[in-house]
Amino acid sequence: MEKLDYEVIVIGVSTGGMKALGEIIPELPLDFPSPIAIVQHLHPCSDDFLVTDLNERSKLTVKQADEKEKLKQGFVYFAPSNYHLLIENDKTFSLSVNDLVNFARPAIDVLFETAAEAFKEKTLGIVLTGANHDGSQGAKKIKEYGGLVIVQDPESAEADIMPRAAIEAAKVDFVLDLDKIVDFLLKKI
Amino acid sequence: MSKIENENIEVELLLETIFQKYGYDFRYYSRASIKRRIKHRLALTKLNTISEMLGQVLYDVKFFETLLLDFSVNVTEMFRDPFFFKILRKEVIPVLRTYPFLKIWHAGCATGEEVYSLAIILKEEGLYDKTQIYATDFNEVILHKAKQGIIPLDQIKQYTLNYQKAGGKESFANYYTAKYDSALIDQSLKKGIVFSDHNLATDGVFGEMNLILCRNVMIYFQKELQNRAIGLFKDSMCNLGFLCLGTKESLMFSEYENDFEPVVKKAKIFRRIK
Ligand SMILES: C[S@@+](CC[C@H](N)C(=O)[O-])C[C@H]1O[C@@H](n2cnc3c(N)ncnc32)[C@H](O)[C@@H]1O
Repeated sequence: MEKLDYEVIVIGVSTGGMKALGEIIPELPLDFPSPIAIVQHLHPCSDDFLVTDLNERSKLTVKQADEKEKLKQGFVYFAPSNYHLLIENDKTFSLSVNDLVNFARPAIDVLFETAAEAFKEKTLGIVLTGANHDGSQGAKKIKEYGGLVIVQDPESAEADIMPRAAIEAAKVDFVLDLDKIVDFLLKKI
Repeated sequence: MSKIENENIEVELLLETIFQKYGYDFRYYSRASIKRRIKHRLALTKLNTISEMLGQVLYDVKFFETLLLDFSVNVTEMFRDPFFFKILRKEVIPVLRTYPFLKIWHAGCATGEEVYSLAIILKEEGLYDKTQIYATDFNEVILHKAKQGIIPLDQIKQYTLNYQKAGGKESFANYYTAKYDSALIDQSLKKGIVFSDHNLATDGVFGEMNLILCRNVMIYFQKELQNRAIGLFKDSMCNLGFLCLGTKESLMFSEYENDFEPVVKKAKIFRRIK
């Protein structure tokens, strides 16, 4: 696929996330140019069913991020449950068990903010369905450092609080339905 | 993006200052997390830049101590990752039973919850009386708390659940006494534990351990520092000693990888073979 203008795509999703992600990730081709990192709020003791399931349905390799792992094309990384996922300046992941942020660990803000620091204007952030405010500060940071932010249309989101909070906090670039988000990623729009 | 670059330089200088002035070495900690904490602290002060913080750190010990607390993430639980403790009991305890005397080192013990968890297991397995436990951390404020062995009452429910999932044999209530809004760890669990100050970034080896636990500490370290710590553990344990890491930690990037073999991979329990 033709190179996107973004070196990393970070996605934040909560309530209804499994379904929403299921409509995006399996649509992406094997040569999709940017690595993708996802924070999905989960119950602390949930297992990696989501990861295994999504991996089976996708052409890209879906896995949990390991600490010190380098972000690579062809991979979709999930934050492990109960750990914050951070991106370092050398484009590797690190994990932390620091306090909850926005009542969550992993927290979307932590991933988004560190992605923005490491990739600056080459960061694409996507906020999907969710019933809390996590991700809005991170979206703001991505915009501050020149990246792009897309938010799922609250009207069509299973839970609209998180998309609305992001739209309110940051000057987001696009508000789109899931299928349009896929089109954007595939450079069809 | 000059703002980010300036901040990165400032972070570097701040960590260098802390090292030279106070001897605490955070220079080889994972940056993203350290930077977040610095900026979090900055937002709580009236200072505008990290450079201004640098002056404050140099001239105000109290401020440095606050920052030190910010840097040492002390989040912990009793029987955190219950399956780990369950496997420890099943796979490691039977081997430990064969030794006449046991030495165990908890590195980065935070407020002690993990140490007391292991103490409970040792007690239930009848090994506690022949065991000496060394629990260390580089943060003295935290160590002081660890010694007291006080757990907030609102955690008891979670810990009881963890204890059961970890294969606990008694009632968890046997191990604490409730007082007002907190619970006090049973005195009998404390007698075999020595708490002391030890910094994995700057201090040396510790003695002939049979078992070393260092969980969720090295995820904050860059590769070089991880190597240092793992080397330290290797040199501080007897041959065939056990090393336990956090669920998301590994020896994969370390130069000592081949000196250990996994006992139970998923539980991150290793054994020294060289
Ligand atoms: C997240 S806690 C882990 C507590 C416990 N081991 C657990 O897994 O629940 C990390 C601890 O490591 C300590 N620590 C960080 N850097 C250290 C160093 N260089 N030397 C010794 N302890 C350190 C911190 O003070 C903190 O108490």
